[in-house]
Amino acid sequence: MDGNAIAVKTRIYTHPYVLAGLVPLVFFLVFYFYPLAGIFIRSFVPDFPSHLHIDLSFWDQVTGSQRLAHIIWFTFWQAAVSTGLTLASAFPCAFVMSHYQFKGKKFLTLCASIPFVLPAVVVAAALDASFGKNGCLGMLNIRHPLVLIFMAHVFYNFSVMLRILTSFWAGLRANIQEAAATLGAGPFQIFIHITLPLLMPAVWAASFLVFIFCFSSFGIILILGGPAYSTIEAEIYRQAAYMFNLPVASFLSLLQIGFTLVLMGLYTAFSRKAVRFAPKAGHANFKPPQKFREKAAVAGSAGFIILLCLFPLAALAGKSLVHDGQVSLIYYQAIFVNPANSIFHVPPFTAIKFSFIFAGTALIIALVTGLCAALCLNHLDRVKAKGLAAFFDPLFMLPLSTSAVTLGFGIIITLDRPPLNLRSSTLLVPLVHALVGFPFVLRAVLPALKRIPNDIREAAATLGASPGKIFRCLDLPLISGALTAGGVFAFTISMGEFGATIFTAGPRTPTIPLAIYRFLGQPGAMNYGQAMAISTLLMVVTAAGFILIEKISSNGVQQF
Amino acid sequence: MKPYAAVAIVCFFLAMPILTGQALGRELTLMTHDSFSMSESVLEDFKTAVGADITVLRSGDAGQALNKAILSKNNPMADLFFGVDNTFIGRALDNDIFMAYTPKGFEDINTTLLLDGENRLIPVDFGDVCLNYDIKWFKAKHLALPAGLEDLIRPEYKDLTVVQNPATSSPGLAFLLTTISRFGENEYISFWQKLKANGVMVVNSWQEAYWGQFTAASKGERPIVVSYASSPAAEVFYADPKPDTAPTGIIIGNRSAFRQIEFAGILKNSANTDLAKKAMDFLLSNKFQEDIPLQMFVFPASTKARLPEVFLKHVKITDAPASLPADDIRQNRDKWIREWTETLLR
Repeated sequence: MDGNAIAVKTRIYTHPYVLAGLVPLVFFLVFYFYPLAGIFIRSFVPDFPSHLHIDLSFWDQVTGSQRLAHIIWFTFWQAAVSTGLTLASAFPCAFVMSHYQFKGKKFLTLCASIPFVLPAVVVAAALDASFGKNGCLGMLNIRHPLVLIFMAHVFYNFSVMLRILTSFWAGLRANIQEAAATLGAGPFQIFIHITLPLLMPAVWAASFLVFIFCFSSFGIILILGGPAYSTIEAEIYRQAAYMFNLPVASFLSLLQIGFTLVLMGLYTAFSRKAVRFAPKAGHANFKPPQKFREKAAVAGSAGFIILLCLFPLAALAGKSLVHDGQVSLIYYQAIFVNPANSIFHVPPFTAIKFSFIFAGTALIIALVTGLCAALCLNHLDRVKAKGLAAFFDPLFMLPLSTSAVTLGFGIIITLDRPPLNLRSSTLLVPLVHALVGFPFVLRAVLPALKRIPNDIREAAATLGASPGKIFRCLDLPLISGALTAGGVFAFTISMGEFGATIFTAGPRTPTIPLAIYRFLGQPGAMNYGQAMAISTLLMVVTAAGFILIEKISSNGVQQF
Repeated sequence: MKPYAAVAIVCFFLAMPILTGQALGRELTLMTHDSFSMSESVLEDFKTAVGADITVLRSGDAGQALNKAILSKNNPMADLFFGVDNTFIGRALDNDIFMAYTPKGFEDINTTLLLDGENRLIPVDFGDVCLNYDIKWFKAKHLALPAGLEDLIRPEYKDLTVVQNPATSSPGLAFLLTTISRFGENEYISFWQKLKANGVMVVNSWQEAYWGQFTAASKGERPIVVSYASSPAAEVFYADPKPDTAPTGIIIGNRSAFRQIEFAGILKNSANTDLAKKAMDFLLSNKFQEDIPLQMFVFPASTKARLPEVFLKHVKITDAPASLPADDIRQNRDKWIREWTETLLR
C-alpha cells in the first residue's frame, strides 16, 4: 500500500463523524456488553477466574425439552403475524397522513402514540374495558388469547409503523409521480413501480423494528396470553427470576441475541439493495381532501385510528370516572390520600415529576448517542467502509430484544464498584431507558440522513463551509423531523417503562408506572379505581410531553 | 432555540437524577421485595432506633429480590434483607448469604414459625394463602360453600375457581404446596387433573386472578379465587364507605390454607453489621410488629403484638395450616412446578 492510500484511510477514520461513533460505542460497551458478558461468564463459567471450566450441564435441559422448541417457534410465528397485521393497518393510514391536511390530524397522531406508553397491565385493562365481556363492544366476544395478543401488539406498535412510514412518505417528491402520470402511467402502475419501491426502505425499517419488538414481547404475552403461551423473553424471565436457573436463562438470552443479529443483518442487506432516490426533504405538500374518494379515505383512516387507539383509551378513562355506576371523581381524590400512612404512598405530582425527569434524561442520552451513531454509520457507508457499517448497524439494535432481567442481573454483578457503582444509582433508570430508546432514534434518523444527496454537502464544502457548519445548517434541519420522531419514542418508552424502574427507583424517586403497580398490588375496590385513575393521568401527562417535544423541535419543518 | 438554553436543559436533566439520589451521613440499606411497606411514623422510629438514615431498596418480587441478593453476595447492595419466605428459604441458606444473629424479642416469636436452627433467618411475619369466595354470589345462587379443597372437584363447583400459575406467582405456588401437603406427593397430580376437568382457570398473577376474574372484585365470572386470609380485611379497609361485613369470605378449614412465613436476616459482608443488628431488633419490636397488618396485610410473628380492629373483626387465623418440611420444598420445588406445568398447561 503506498503512502497516499494510507493517508486517505487515516483521513476517513479521523473524520469527525467517525469519531462521533465512539460515543454510542463506549455507551454500549460499558452499559450493555460489559454487564452481559458478566452474567454470561457467571452462568457458563461459574468458577471464573480461578477455574476456566465451562459448565455445560444445562444442555440436557435445553435439548430435552419439547416445550422450549415450541416456545421458539411460537415466538417467531406470533411476531410475524403481529408485524403483518400492524403493517396492513398502518399503511393506508400512513398514506392519508402523509398526503392530506385535515382537521384533527394532530389529535389523531397523538392518540395513536399514547398506547405505546402504557404498561402491559393497563393495556390489558384497556382492551378489557372496550372489547371484554362487559366492555362497550362486548358483543364482539373477543376472548381467545391469541386474538387479544395480536390486538395488543397492533395497538402498541401501530404508532411506530405509522410515524416512520408517514415521515418518509411525506418526504417523497411528488413530481416523480407527476412525471410518470404525464408519461401515461395509471395510478396503480405509479404506486407499484414508483411509490412502493421508493417507500421500501421505510417499510423494511418499520417492519423490522415492530418484528423485533413483538419478538421480544413480554408483558403482553404474560398477561393476555396466560400461562399457556410463552415467548423466549417470557421464558427467560421465568427461568431467571423464578427458577434462578441462570445457565438456561443465559443460553436463551444468547439465542435471542443471535436471532436478532441475524434478523438485523438481513435487514441491513435488504435496505442496501433498496432503491435509493433522492427525494427532497423539507416541507411536504399536504393538500385538503377534495374528491369524494379522498374524503372517504381520510374518514376511513380517522375512523380506524379512533376505533383502534382512542376507543380503548377512552374506555379506560371512563372506568376511572365511574364509581358504583355513577360518574364520580372519587378515585382522583383518593390518589392524594395516604390511608395507611405508608412510606411507599406515591403522591401523584411526585410521580409525575420523576417520570418527567427520567424520561427527559433518557430522551437526551438517546438522542445524543443515537444521532452520533447515525452520523457515523451514514458516513462509513458513504466512504465505502460498508463492512464496518454493516457490522455495527445490527449491534446497535440489540437492546430492543435483550431480556431486561438478564441485563439487570448483569448490571448487579458488574457495575458494582466505583467509579461505576450504578447498582442503586438513580441514573441507572434513564441510562437503561436510553439504551432501549437509542435504536428508535437510530432507525428514524438513519434513513433520513441517507436520503440527503451527498452532492449538496460537497457543494457546501466547495463553497467553504466547515463540516460543523454543514451539519448545523444542512443536515440538522433536514433530519429534525426524524429526530423528533425518534425522540418521541425514546421519551415514551421511558414514561411507560416499568421493569428497569422497579429495579432501581427507590422510595425517593417513584414514577407513574410504579404508582400504578402499587395500587394494583393490593385488594380493595378503591385501589383498582385509583390504578385506573393514575393510568389515565399517565396518558394525559404523556400527551403533554409529546406536545412539548414537538413544540421545542418545530423549526418550521412540517412534521405530522 | 438558543444553544446555551439547550445546554442548560441538558445539564439540568443529567444532574437531576444524580442529585435526587444522594443522602448524607451514615446509612443503613434494607433490601426487600415490592410488597414491603411501613408507615411514615414507624420509619422515623426505625431511624432513631438504628441511629442512621434508612434506605429501603425494593428489588422486584420476593424471588427476584433474593436472586439479586445472592448475585451481589461478595459486595452486597444492602445490609439487611427482609422477605425470604418459607418456599425460598432453601435457596437463601444454600447460597450462604446471611449471618447468624439472635435479635432482642426473639423469645416472643411464635415458635411454630422458626425454621432456621442457626438463626441466620428470623421470622418477622406470616400470612395464610387460602381460597376466597364471593359471599353475595353464593347467596344469590343458593349454593352451599365448599368446605375444603376436595369440594372444588365436585360438579356443582364446575367453572367457578381461578388459581395462579405456581411458576410465576407466590400465592400460586403456596396453593400448589397446599394440595401437595393435603393429598400427598403421589396423589396431588390426580387432584389437579380432576380440577382441570372441572374447569379450573389458571392465570399468571394474583392481580389477574383477583382484578380480572374474581366476581367480588371485578366483572369476572369466578366466585372462588386463591388469595390471602387477610384479603377480606383489606376489602373492608380499602372500601369507601366502609361496610360492616366483608364482601368476601375465606376457606381455611381442613388444612386448606398454606402458611407463608417471611424472614429477615443480616447480609454477610455488610459494612454496617452494627447498624443491621439494631435494625433486626427493631423488626421484632412491638412498634414494627403492630405496623405490619395494615401495611402488608399479613400477621406479626411476635405473640406480643396486638392486632388492629379491622383484623380482629374480619380475619380468622387457622390453627391447622397446611405445611411441608422446608427441606422437602427445597428439594422438590422445581420438580413439582414442572409436573404441574406439564399437567395443567398442555
